[in-house]
Amino acid sequence: MALLNEEVRGQLKEFFGLMKDDVTIALFTKEEPCETCKETREFMGEIESITEKIHLEEFDLDKDHEKAKEYNVVMTPSIVLLDGEKNHRGVKFNGIPAGHEVNSFIKGIMEISGAADQLPESYQEELKTITKPVNIKVFVTLGCPHCAGAVEKAHKLALGSDLIDAEMIEAQTFSEVANKFQVSSVPKVVINDEFEFVGNQTLDTFLEEIRKTQ
Amino acid sequence: MELNFNMTKDKGLTPEKDKLYDTLVIGGGPAGLNAALYAKRKGLDVAIISERMGGQVMDTSTVENYLGTKSLSGEGLVNTFIEHVESLKIPVLKEVKVENIERRDNIFHLSLSNRETYFTKTLILATGSKPRKLNVPGEKEFSGKGVAYCAICDGPFFEGLEVVIAGGGNTAVESAIDLAKIASKVKLVHRSQLRADNILVDQLSSYKNIEVHLETQIKEILGEAMVTGIKVLDRASGEEKLISANGIFVEIGYLPNSDPFKDLVDLNERGEIIVDDYGRTNVEGVFAAGDITTIPYKQIILSAGDGAKVALAVNDFLNTHEAIRNITLDKQNVIAK
Repeated sequence: MALLNEEVRGQLKEFFGLMKDDVTIALFTKEEPCETCKETREFMGEIESITEKIHLEEFDLDKDHEKAKEYNVVMTPSIVLLDGEKNHRGVKFNGIPAGHEVNSFIKGIMEISGAADQLPESYQEELKTITKPVNIKVFVTLGCPHCAGAVEKAHKLALGSDLIDAEMIEAQTFSEVANKFQVSSVPKVVINDEFEFVGNQTLDTFLEEIRKTQ
Repeated sequence: MELNFNMTKDKGLTPEKDKLYDTLVIGGGPAGLNAALYAKRKGLDVAIISERMGGQVMDTSTVENYLGTKSLSGEGLVNTFIEHVESLKIPVLKEVKVENIERRDNIFHLSLSNRETYFTKTLILATGSKPRKLNVPGEKEFSGKGVAYCAICDGPFFEGLEVVIAGGGNTAVESAIDLAKIASKVKLVHRSQLRADNILVDQLSSYKNIEVHLETQIKEILGEAMVTGIKVLDRASGEEKLISANGIFVEIGYLPNSDPFKDLVDLNERGEIIVDDYGRTNVEGVFAAGDITTIPYKQIILSAGDGAKVALAVNDFLNTHEAIRNITLDKQNVIAK
């Protein structure tokens, strides 16, 4: 049975009609045990079928370890969004982007495709001052209505700087990682595994924590 | 697989920066959305600036007291509001906070958290409210480490564990019922008697894993790395005791999100914006609607209704204040800023 009904497909088609550049979904799965790999693969397949501008490339975490290393993928399922020239721009989703995260996922595709608003100029200037790599982890649950907002902000920052990469981590699928970072409220944002805050905060809060890593 | 779409078709319907709006609505909950809808239908140039579309309703699992809607998720209800507003082509700026408001030559200058400035002749403040905190030792320390404020967000972390729900109103009782399906045991702790609707209280008793502790005041949240329990005062016996739990959900009501406006308009001692029957604040041209105001009872339907009323009041205000209605944006003034 199709995961997306006709109404949703229609909505998405309208969205994707606004895409500028092509986007490649690099999907990493592995053979058992991977609870949500199959469903994620089906979901991504359906997304790809909506528009010619979206391409799905599948990788196996173990067999394609070179690629996994290149994109710094360590979990499955994991989705890396690549731009029109197939560059990794630091936008990653660990776990199926269903529930409320479908919003951050679609937004991510639109952003990478160049169809979304740019960061205000003052932020772009500020991101230019970053000199060391920054990793932003955003822990979410799929039932959390305001988590997608935090994921979107992290991805927007990643797109604004080559040194920033941002990843959504679905806390129930990856409960070990979530436990390691003592996640019991979402969204929880962890920067360079060290600096953290809880809640869908403003871009300035993200930047404040990012500055601590520099 | 469930998909919770709540996306607007990003077709450039964001507010324009170099424009002078008739009214800007701050807040994207029921009050703000309905205010924008009514303002637009009156022909006003209106836009919404929202930190969180849908507001608090988004965190509500089920709404059963909105006329015409027997039962719907909070999100589902809000989506019908948002779709309605969008169908009228009202620009919306999302995920931004208002940081400062200045009035110059009868024009309000709004500085936002995205570092942009917008201009308007009138304002409708409708930023609603946020969860109230217990203000007991341990709450801040263990926030995000077992202390939580959103049951539908953080409930999954307590699968098979014991949780305390603090509070006795509708939200607390609904959260207790939601969490009873996930947690091994739910302990509803309230300092007085339950004030939730009877229809909800009746449901409580059908869950065998819900314990109710009334006349019980929370004194402290205890824990090590994570929450381990709470210290309470049994008000009948005057004795202190411990209640063990892996997490505590604080659902004791709401506080108005009026902080960004405290230097602009008069607030009451609870931090609510003081308004008259027309939603007018003490500052000419500044109106407020919904949970952020002094109007009694915080309900979705009341907020939505209040938004409508205030938009009509703004329309009347512009019709009777020609000088403000006909004002134009002086570019030099804007650039000088």
